[in-house]
Amino acid sequence: MSPIVSFRDVHKSFGAVPVLKGVSFEIPKGQVVALIGRSGSGKSTALRCIDRLETIDRGSITVCGHAVSDPNINLRKLRQDVGIVFQSYNLFPHLTVEQNITLAPRWVKKADRRKAHELARDVLAQVGLLEKIDAYPEQLSGGQQQRVAIARSLAMHPQVMLFDEVTSALDPELTGEVLKVIEELAKQGMTMLLVTHEMAFAARIADRIIFMHQGLIHESGSREILRSPSTPELKNFVGAGL
Amino acid sequence: MAALLGLSPAHWAALLSGLSWTVFLSLVGFLAGGLVGFGVALARISESAIVRRISLAYVNLIQGTPLLILMFVLYFGLPVLGLEMPPLAAACIAMTLFSAAYLGEIWRGCLEAVPRTQWEAADCLALARWERMLLVILPQALRIATPPTVGFMVQIVKNTSIASVIGMAEMTYIGKLINNATFQPFRTYLVIAALYFALCYPLSWLSRRLERKLNVAHR
Repeated sequence: MSPIVSFRDVHKSFGAVPVLKGVSFEIPKGQVVALIGRSGSGKSTALRCIDRLETIDRGSITVCGHAVSDPNINLRKLRQDVGIVFQSYNLFPHLTVEQNITLAPRWVKKADRRKAHELARDVLAQVGLLEKIDAYPEQLSGGQQQRVAIARSLAMHPQVMLFDEVTSALDPELTGEVLKVIEELAKQGMTMLLVTHEMAFAARIADRIIFMHQGLIHESGSREILRSPSTPELKNFVGAGL
Repeated sequence: MAALLGLSPAHWAALLSGLSWTVFLSLVGFLAGGLVGFGVALARISESAIVRRISLAYVNLIQGTPLLILMFVLYFGLPVLGLEMPPLAAACIAMTLFSAAYLGEIWRGCLEAVPRTQWEAADCLALARWERMLLVILPQALRIATPPTVGFMVQIVKNTSIASVIGMAEMTYIGKLINNATFQPFRTYLVIAALYFALCYPLSWLSRRLERKLNVAHR
C-alpha cells in the first residue's frame, strides 16, 4: 500500500534562508510519527508543506494520492484528507463550538443540519467535551479550546492528522488533557504526524521518531533512538530536554 | 404664521426640502459608495497584483483630489466630451466615487485586521475562498468595521454640502438662496449649522458608543 505522506528530496527557502535542504521520509497508513528538533530546524515548515500552507522550491510531496507540489492541485480535495491542529487553536471566535465543528462538514461536504449535529456530538464525545457544545471559544480554557480544535479537524474524517506544537501554549496540567486525546487517536489507528517538544510523550506514542537538524533529517528510527541516540546532535538535544 | 428664528415658513419649507436632499445624497453616498467600496476593499487584498494595483490607483486618485474638483470635473468637465448630466446625477456619482475610495480603504484595514491564522484555519478546513470570506472573515471584520464606518458617515453628510457649488439644491444651496433674499447670513447659517449638527452628532455619538461596546466584547 502506498504511504499516506511521502516527501522526496524536498527543498524550501524563505528568501535567502534555506529551511528544508532535501528532506525525504514516508508515513505509512496507521503510523504515528513524531518530528522533533530545535526551533528553526524546519520541522514546522515540513508539516505546513503537507497541507500546502507553504509551497516548496524543489522535490515532491504526495499526500493521500494528491501531488501536493503540482501547481494545479485541487486544494479542496487535499484539505479534506488532511486534518491540522495549530499551537494557537485558531477556533472561530464568532461561532459556538458546534458551529465551529459543523462549518466545514455543512459547506464543504454538504451534510444536512441533523447529520452535522450528530457529527458534532460524536467528535465532541471523542474529546470529552460534549457538555460544551453550545459554548463560545472564549468561554473555554486553552486545553478545552485545543480539544475542540482537534474535534473540528476530526469532523472532516481526515486520513491523516497533523499536530503543530499543539501543547506549546498550554500549562502542564492542560497539556495532559490534550495529549490524552491524541494518544486515544493513536490507539484508534489514526495516521499522525506530530511536531512536538514533549519528548516523553513522543517516546510513548510514536512509532517512529524523526530528528531534524539544520533543515535535514539528521537521525530517525524507532523510539529507541531517544534512549540511545547515535549522533551527538540528537544526544545533545535529548540531553537538553531531560 | 409667525417667523421662527427669523425665517419665514416658506424659508423653512425650502430648508426642509434642502435637508431631505442632503439626507438623500448622504444615503446614496453611503449605500452606493458602500457597495462599490466593498468591491474596492476586496480588490485591494486580491491575489492578483494587477487588481491590487488598479484599486490602489483608484483610492490614491480619489483621496488625492478634493471632492469639489471631482464634482467640477463631472458636472462642468464631462459636457465638453458630450456627456451632460443634471446636478443630481453628478452629485450622486461624485459622492459614490468619494465614499467608495474611503470606505474601501477603511474596510481593507478591517479585513486585514482579522488574524492571518483565522484565514489559514479556514483554508485548512477546505473552505473555498468565498466561503472563507463569507463565513469566517466577514463576520469578524464587521465587528471591527462598525465604529469607523459609522464615523465616516459623518464625513459623508458634511461633504454633501459641496454639491451646492454645482447647483444641487441641498441644504447649503438653499441656505445661500435664503441668505440672498434675507441678507441675514449669521442667522441663516447658524440655523443650517444646527441642522447639520443634528444630523451628524447622533452618528458621532453612535460611533463612539459602538467603539466602546465592541472593544469591551473584544477585550
